[in-house]
Amino acid sequence: MHGYDPAFQRAVSEFSGIYYLGAALMNAGAAYYLWQRLHKVRDALVWLAVALLFVVLAAIAQGGSPVGLPKGVQDTLNTIFTGNRGAVIFTVGTFAFLVFLYRFRTFFVRPRVAWTALNLALLYLGLSMTSRPFWEIVAKPDNIPIVALIFLLGFFTWLATYKAVQNDQRAREGLPPLEKEDSEKVLVWPDLVYTELICMLALTAILLFWAILIKAPLEQPASRADTPNPSKAPWYFLGLQEMLVYYDPWMAGVVLPTFIIIGLMALPYIDFNKLGNGYYTIEQRRFSYAMFQIGFLQLWVVLIILGTFLRGPNWNFFGPYEPWDAHKVLVLNNVNLSDYFWIDLMGTSLPKGGTVLGILKREWLGIVLLLGYLVLLPPILAATVFRKFFIKMGFIRYMIMVQLLLWMMLLPIKMVLRWTLNLKYIIAIPEWFFNF
Amino acid sequence: MGLGQTIRNSQLWKSIFRHPAPLDRRNRIVVMLTNFFLHLHPVSIKKQGIALSYTWCMGGVTFFLFLVETVTGVMLMFYYRPTTEWAYRDIMSLTDVTSLGIMRELHRWGAHAMVITVWLHMYRVFLTGSYKPPREFNWVVGVILLVLTLLLSFTGYLLPWDQLAIWAITVGSNMARATPILGHEGPGQQLLTLGGVDLITNMSDARYVLLGAREVSNETLNRFYVLHCIAIPLAVATLLAIHFWRVRKDGGISGPL
Ligand code: HEM
Repeated sequence: MHGYDPAFQRAVSEFSGIYYLGAALMNAGAAYYLWQRLHKVRDALVWLAVALLFVVLAAIAQGGSPVGLPKGVQDTLNTIFTGNRGAVIFTVGTFAFLVFLYRFRTFFVRPRVAWTALNLALLYLGLSMTSRPFWEIVAKPDNIPIVALIFLLGFFTWLATYKAVQNDQRAREGLPPLEKEDSEKVLVWPDLVYTELICMLALTAILLFWAILIKAPLEQPASRADTPNPSKAPWYFLGLQEMLVYYDPWMAGVVLPTFIIIGLMALPYIDFNKLGNGYYTIEQRRFSYAMFQIGFLQLWVVLIILGTFLRGPNWNFFGPYEPWDAHKVLVLNNVNLSDYFWIDLMGTSLPKGGTVLGILKREWLGIVLLLGYLVLLPPILAATVFRKFFIKMGFIRYMIMVQLLLWMMLLPIKMVLRWTLNLKYIIAIPEWFFNF
Repeated sequence: MGLGQTIRNSQLWKSIFRHPAPLDRRNRIVVMLTNFFLHLHPVSIKKQGIALSYTWCMGGVTFFLFLVETVTGVMLMFYYRPTTEWAYRDIMSLTDVTSLGIMRELHRWGAHAMVITVWLHMYRVFLTGSYKPPREFNWVVGVILLVLTLLLSFTGYLLPWDQLAIWAITVGSNMARATPILGHEGPGQQLLTLGGVDLITNMSDARYVLLGAREVSNETLNRFYVLHCIAIPLAVATLLAIHFWRVRKDGGISGPL
């Protein structure tokens, strides 16, 4: 696709050299720490070897042709993650991955395992950078924060889970959480004030470094005549833009964001569980933990990653190493529920929608299904799986919680319906701008 | 008497700091109580409350980034005129001519970083269950701060007036057109009528209010500029004061009972 471009080659070599050197230093630091502080010589040697490996990679990169991910692997990944199916595999795959991490968290939080995972992630990123399409998206100045976000979230999720696993173990042994051990009081000057000072200095250094290294982008002057393809919202709203694939703008842009904000605000008032206040734990608050992580990690962060890195021209889904081709056409023949019912099932044509009654007749199945989901499901759940919640929370709080959860779950439900049945709208009333 | 001590004993020094240097226990307590900037803090705190592994210092980092944005933003305002005629050129010359050009980088990357750290802060507060009683309301204040942080970023995105800017804001604000009842392509749009005349048109709907025009234009630039530089920062500053005050009143950083 792309010919040999010396400028690109130089940029990648330069970047890879520094990048691998950084990874090497990181491992060398870990080795030093293990050897000096923890006296674990064997572990130290392992990470020293990894550091050396990164040094070798850095040296090769400096030589002008950094090691890349083999073409075969790139092609395979591209064929797996491409087109409409790619979006499905990515979304389901990340969910399965998160569930897997959660299920085996006691294994994954071990420092040795987590450190290995970090090294693998760094290696993968480094190897992928030699692919031009990958580079052009990931190294875009405004996309760098998202790469940082992924690593930061990975690190902090590890840290929190590490502590939660320990606390949960302690709880089983009848011990108080680790945080309790530190309830001795200290003076804010110097203990906190100095920490803050050091944090501020470090942060200033990072920002200055970042600002000197990477220029803020400035494109061509604004022009109404020239629409870029793809037109993307700022990265922190790409989760919402991704929802546009499944919902009309009034849902993705207005109703769902409002529900997200209201839901977040309501959280302290609907989570009646008194445990887990002021320390890390998972087992003592499984339900709220799982719901929050589904909402935040899966339905917000993963969608942002998808929208930034994998959505190209015409909002088509592209493989990670696939050049963004604006002429790629993906056939989308999505069908409304009313079409399925009247045309496929009843074998007639759609009823005329001129009048209110006509519209209601045409869309009755979707309306009944949606009302059933939102009105009938809450009492059914209250009598079955959420019985305990309902008794503890009372009617109003229970209803608010259940409605918020049902609306949140509508998104994955619509996703699955789209992927399996090509379902476009459950209720389609374009006459009233009401498509659902 | 060393120079340092001479300075600390001078009338000038004493008039500003009101007490001797915080070298012994008594004065370390006094400094926290008498210094305007430090009195945000308590005098003493549980060890766990300052453990980096517990708070990740993310609230503090977010606040620091807000200050960085304020300072660099004021510098940028000296060189920037919010009109379609000048906005792009002013940003251009900022990079080429003005020796403070790096302010733009600091401001932009600081803004990205602030969005990330505010999410991480919320994540930490959730994972430690710190929104539970008595801190429910401070969580609500936090959610508003989160929304305002995103809006700050969003309104700032338009100001360079380049292709990236107007199309990102166009994509974002197009959604407002579909607001139920209040957007001219939203469900229920036809509900608001007066004597058979539609009240909600593309000249009066939610999107028009946001943009000050039917499309992203000069009016929008002015509107977003005022929001970005004055209205939202003032709201954030006010809420931050409440947020920090509540952290103290709710019993300091959360911890196991
Ligand atoms: C501009 C944004 C924000 C700033 C500058 C800020 C700042 C802070 C600071 C400095 C603290 C002290 C403890 C710490 O550093 O972790 C704090 C605590 C707290 N924040 Fe924020 N915050 C912001 C947004 C939020 C958001 C989005 C939420 C939640 C949705 C939130 C909820 C809380 C709560 C509940 C506490 C008390 C935590 C505890 O006691 O452990 N804040 N905030």
